[in-house]
Amino acid sequence: MNTSSFNIQTGNELTWNARPILFEVRHALEELVQSGENSIIDLRSIPLAPGEEETIINTLGQGEVHASLDALGPSEIYETRYAGVWLITHYNEEKAVVSRFIEITKLPEILESQQEDMSNALVELTRDLGTQDA
Amino acid sequence: MTEIELLSWARGPGLQIATIIFVAGVVIRIFEILVLGRKANLAEARGAEMSSGLKTMLTRTIPDRTTFKRSSVTIVSGYIFHIGLFVVCFFSAPHILFLKDIIGFGWPSLPTPVIDAFAVVTIIALLATLVNRLTNKVMRFLTNFEDLLTWFVTFLPVVTGYIAFHRIGLTAPSLLAVHLLSVELLLVVFPFTKLMHAFTLFIARWYNGATSGYKGVAS
Amino acid sequence: MKKDSTRKKETTEKGTLGETLRSRGVSRRSFMKFCATTASMMALPPAMIPMVARALENARRPSVIWLSFQECTGCTESLTRAHTSTVESLIFDSISLDYHHTLQAAAGTAAEAAREAAMEENYGNYLLVVDGSIPLDNPGYSTIAGISNLDMLTECAKGAAAIIAVGTCATYGGIPHANPNPTGAVSVKQIINDKPVINVPGCPPIPVVITGVLAHYLTFGSLPELDHIGRPKAFYGQSIHDRCYRRPFYDKGQFAETFDDEGARKGWCLYKLGCKGPTTYNACATTKWNNATSFPIESGHPCIGCSEPDFWDGGGFYKALSMPTENLSQTAVYAAAGAVAAGTVLGAMNRAKKNASNKIHIKTTVDDLQK
Repeated sequence: MNTSSFNIQTGNELTWNARPILFEVRHALEELVQSGENSIIDLRSIPLAPGEEETIINTLGQGEVHASLDALGPSEIYETRYAGVWLITHYNEEKAVVSRFIEITKLPEILESQQEDMSNALVELTRDLGTQDA
Repeated sequence: MTEIELLSWARGPGLQIATIIFVAGVVIRIFEILVLGRKANLAEARGAEMSSGLKTMLTRTIPDRTTFKRSSVTIVSGYIFHIGLFVVCFFSAPHILFLKDIIGFGWPSLPTPVIDAFAVVTIIALLATLVNRLTNKVMRFLTNFEDLLTWFVTFLPVVTGYIAFHRIGLTAPSLLAVHLLSVELLLVVFPFTKLMHAFTLFIARWYNGATSGYKGVAS
Repeated sequence: MKKDSTRKKETTEKGTLGETLRSRGVSRRSFMKFCATTASMMALPPAMIPMVARALENARRPSVIWLSFQECTGCTESLTRAHTSTVESLIFDSISLDYHHTLQAAAGTAAEAAREAAMEENYGNYLLVVDGSIPLDNPGYSTIAGISNLDMLTECAKGAAAIIAVGTCATYGGIPHANPNPTGAVSVKQIINDKPVINVPGCPPIPVVITGVLAHYLTFGSLPELDHIGRPKAFYGQSIHDRCYRRPFYDKGQFAETFDDEGARKGWCLYKLGCKGPTTYNACATTKWNNATSFPIESGHPCIGCSEPDFWDGGGFYKALSMPTENLSQTAVYAAAGAVAAGTVLGAMNRAKKNASNKIHIKTTVDDLQK
């Protein structure tokens, strides 16, 4: 992000919240594996020094699934290299991050089709098929 | 009054009032002592006054054996808290900044854990002097209101400073305001109490050395 | 949430938030994204997202009247920097902003008529947002449509459910209140004391803090928990110092001495450069600015304490907190000079007294003793 000669980050000294978060992820994954319980961690709720959020994201890496959502601006959802650990980043229309979550689950709820949307879709599809016939 | 208003007052007018009373009080008292002078000694001088006086200002720092045996607790705890106060007042970063604003220059500070250690030791030593004062028969007999008052106004800034730095209890602006107000109390009380010994002790030591030197004896 | 009968009347026209969003083609999925971000904005734990969704789904659109008094419009600018951002703009759209000088199309008598209509229609239920301070010295210093700020505030406050004072000017008087305060500027709380007032200070406040307070009202139908000077604890409960990532340097005693020196380049603590972080309560160190990009200290400038009262008069932005605000060396020199004069006079008087008593001193003789 910052390529100027002022390197304000002093590396290792500041990562005092990053590792605990990763341990929290591990604990949540253990809960998921053993009892099927889902968890969400809001990355915006914990103070992180510049570069620490990147450290967490880089540590989690990327896995097999990558989905992009286009709802009120783009959102990126991907499974990290640890199955069951998903990273969800919501952007606004200016591509700025508005929220970021780590979800420990089989499938993030936002990827599932929603009941209401499906009901509306049924109505629409019926209507569209009706007009085509005529 | 909000806590920020109190802090602004303590940093502004409060400090000014305290400074005026402190400086004026100390200067007037010292001047009164010096201008009053001493009775002329009509005997012939048998030794040097000035050199003996100056030497004594330093040599009295070491107590002699008999005095030490008699008041060891007072002397040891007294030295500890005086040294502790010196380090905390003059080598903690915020204090150096304060003085830099007044006298124009600063100097390197000591790390926080070191200052913390000195502050804690100072608090313990001050408590020791109070306990000694109240339990030792002779000390208790001699103790009056002024002794307890001066102890209190010395103890308060160290404690409030430690609490303010570590932000325990109240909100930050209130803690800082309380610390500044305690220092202002100390400054205001100073010229009217035995705290003046900070300046008069040098005059007294010089005088003792000078009279002895004049007579040609050791002091 | 309880709804009273007066509210029911106007809601048929405005509908719930859920209905409004659906009518604008916002899918359920989008609504979920909206709720997750809103919960995050309000500093709520993720486990509460379903609850937020339920509440927002059924939330009524409150009428909001925004009064701008002696202000620079920075607070509105701060809030509307997010207006092109979809999610935050939804918060804005989920309220019915019935009056706002900068954003409304109407002007003149039409605007004032709209305000009065909205007030009457939603009497007892509308939210009053105020930015800018109110001059008390001469009401003519700041008027809207010939109505003084003081009159407009007291009149509009009568039917308000709650008042949100946005920005340091409305919460503490701000820059107009700074020495010598030529207009007699005061804060909202100094005028209104019979209605709940939330103080959202900052110069300007962080945008998400403003929208977070609105979101809280939408979700819970009540005001967030406030501290002893009326600020929401969720955003103003911690000082900058307690959340600052440069705190380890403060504790180790590693400070930047000037701007751009070795310490500054290494990112050391800015206490010596006048940082007011220790006595300032705000969310800058955690929530940050510009969608969590950075905040002043991270950019290398000490905190100026803009969410605290009287920060303009706090002795200067570049004077460290432990430094006196007045010129003490001058005070000390004058006091010493005066004291030297006084001391000399008093000393002379004492000497005169001593000499006089020496003169009248009668030596005791053996005869006196035998008397």
